[in-house]
Amino acid sequence: MSIVLDIIASSGLWAAVLRIATPLIFGTLGALLCERAGVLNLGIEGIMTFGAMVGWLAVYHGADLWTGLLVAALAGAVFGLLHASLTVTLGLSQHVSGLGVTLFASSLSYYLFRLIVPLSGSPPTIEPFAPVNVPLLADLPFIGAVLSAQTPPTYLALLLALLLAYVVFRTPLGLAIRMTGENPHAAEAQGVNPMAVRYGAVIVGSALMAVGGGFLTLSAFNSFFPTMIQGRGWICIALVVFASWRPGRALFGALLFAFFDAFQLRLQTAVDGVPYQVFLMTPYILSIVALCVMARRARVPQALMQPYRRGER
Amino acid sequence: MTENVLEIDGVSKSFGGNKANDGISMTLARGEIVALLGENGAGKTTLMSILFGHYTPDEGRIRVAGADLPPGRPRAAIHAGIGMVHQHFSLAPNLTVLENVMTGTEKLWSLRSESGRARAKLKALAERFGLVVDPDARLGDLSVGEQQRVEILKALYNDARILILDEPTAVLTNLEAETLFSTLKEMARQGLSLIFISHKLDEVMAAADRVVVLRGGKVVAERRAAETSKAELAELMVGHRVARPVREAHERGAPVLEAASVSVRIDGVDRLKEVSFRLHAGEVLGIIGVSGNGQAALASLLSGTLVRSAGDILLYGEAIGDFSVADTVASGIGRIPEDRTREGAIGEMAVWENAVLERIDEPRFSRRGLVDRRAAIAFAETIVRDFDVRGGGARTRTRLLSGGNMQKLILGRNLAERPRILIAAQPARGLDEGAVAAVHARILEARKAGTAVLLISEDLDEVIGLADRIQAIVGGRLSPPVSADDVDARALGLMMAGAWKKEAA
Repeated sequence: MSIVLDIIASSGLWAAVLRIATPLIFGTLGALLCERAGVLNLGIEGIMTFGAMVGWLAVYHGADLWTGLLVAALAGAVFGLLHASLTVTLGLSQHVSGLGVTLFASSLSYYLFRLIVPLSGSPPTIEPFAPVNVPLLADLPFIGAVLSAQTPPTYLALLLALLLAYVVFRTPLGLAIRMTGENPHAAEAQGVNPMAVRYGAVIVGSALMAVGGGFLTLSAFNSFFPTMIQGRGWICIALVVFASWRPGRALFGALLFAFFDAFQLRLQTAVDGVPYQVFLMTPYILSIVALCVMARRARVPQALMQPYRRGER
Repeated sequence: MTENVLEIDGVSKSFGGNKANDGISMTLARGEIVALLGENGAGKTTLMSILFGHYTPDEGRIRVAGADLPPGRPRAAIHAGIGMVHQHFSLAPNLTVLENVMTGTEKLWSLRSESGRARAKLKALAERFGLVVDPDARLGDLSVGEQQRVEILKALYNDARILILDEPTAVLTNLEAETLFSTLKEMARQGLSLIFISHKLDEVMAAADRVVVLRGGKVVAERRAAETSKAELAELMVGHRVARPVREAHERGAPVLEAASVSVRIDGVDRLKEVSFRLHAGEVLGIIGVSGNGQAALASLLSGTLVRSAGDILLYGEAIGDFSVADTVASGIGRIPEDRTREGAIGEMAVWENAVLERIDEPRFSRRGLVDRRAAIAFAETIVRDFDVRGGGARTRTRLLSGGNMQKLILGRNLAERPRILIAAQPARGLDEGAVAAVHARILEARKAGTAVLLISEDLDEVIGLADRIQAIVGGRLSPPVSADDVDARALGLMMAGAWKKEAA
């Protein structure tokens, strides 16, 4: 028991929680925005991969780190445009289109990376984001220690969750997005253009996903390697349901998952005699349990996955 | 006398060679209620969709308060003061009433939503027109009548001066419909102008000042409500005299279905309480009542989708235990469910698939686990021909049929098999006059051929016209039967209010 308490009381654990949570926060907020407008974006896994690759590549070729993130965002927006064209304009199945985008974006990432970066024994590296000390916050006991280990994109992720919550629930734009996800015909009848709203939400949402991927190569690690996303995109899709499509709860869900993950990592080294795979499984098992508890009362956007065609009911 | 707030001038619209609207002209004055009357497919909804900018007309123009309305732009219509209340509400069940009303009313990029001001405006409107509804309630938690109020409030919130209601009573109970019409009259009194689309003669006569009759995409007549009659309007609407068929006297046969003190309890609530009836071959037994009094439970029980908690049921003279839907099919019980789009037919499937679905395991439709498409399609084609299903053939997707034709398909699917018993729940609800007459004629034909028909309905005229004997259903209880020859509408009204209980006491 004392091992558990020791782990929980260490600032190192909580620093890791924030670090692990950051890409999940970006990805979950991005997926949430798409789904609030009624578009499921299963392209997330590939878009995160591409964001990780292209952001890293930009920095490797001399761009600064923020430009790297921006490049990732722009690349994500382009894939968002692709997904929106297929699902909104052409009204194709959102599942199929999303999985197609994931396969396409992942493969393209590996291909471009291999094309541009020559094969070598150890992968080339860049100088990633350094932790920053925010005045006042850094002086707080414990919290200071946790926060001083964080890099700027983590702060950005936390602020973004609050911003998105405000936009979704407190602005006319947010209401238009929600109405489009619930009933695009009603939105249209009230003078909102559901096509434009869906395009906008998918493009911006995809950009956020790509930034989440970019965080991995520009902050959490310093190099790109294939399969590094490791299903984080799918976790984000589940977190959106867990969060019942609410940005605040998405932030909480991402932190909760990150806590399970960081905790099991430390438990692996602290406990002997149990195969480490057991610990690896725990965050996923606990996530399923949490999902069962939380998602039963979730209010799914009613028009999610339904293509909108003008004049058709 | 009064100025026209709306002038529709020579509007035409074709869909692929089919003229849905053909040179339609009409006017609407301030403070006036105009009913747009016509059968399904007469072009009413197309006209209103043009007015609201959902469609662009091929010809003609629309003037609102003297100014031309730009075609094909819902925003322009809203701006000109036209509000539309759709038959299928344009609302989002997961959002609150206030959110539903506010959508699209503010500048999209403003940094915050003026929900306080919106709330006050909504409250003022609700009080002014007696449309009370909680602004913070989740829309999906409201009753259908309340949701319609929200839909009306939404139009008023956008400062509508002209309100268009598309078959507003189609989804309402009789009581809700009465409330609606008194609200509409109050709105007209306060200077709003209203058009409501309908094919129900009663409500047109009761609520409208003026009636515009559409047939085949053209205006065929215009009458002041005070100077016309139901009979005249019916004739104008259909184009020839229509009379609903009425039963002729004929000998009934032996009892085929009997219920003795049957109760149904769901989740601790009694849906049916000690219900007894005896249904004979070759008769129509009418079950009359205001909807929500146990009709759904009665129909489900006899269709095999509900199980009784007490009482006995005798089928063809033999006591039976719990029975399933498959048992009803096997024992010759035909069923016309109340909600045809939800329970009666599967919209995304073809007509032939719906026609054979409940008999798909019979050898004539399947061989060695494979569907015999040719036999199934032939069967469906017989129904389409014999029951005059229009608007498509055996391979048409069922969703594309109009309500009346879908009902004919369901009726045909049951009657083609010469059922011994037919459970018909609200068989003519929502159908236009022509289709009602067709459905009634089929039911009477089945009666003549010896089928026992249990007719569950809230339409007095329907029950009086078809039923030999009538029982009222009130609060899950059935009255003793009365002979249809001995009662009039007034007596039935009393029965529907539960008057027989006092006599028994």
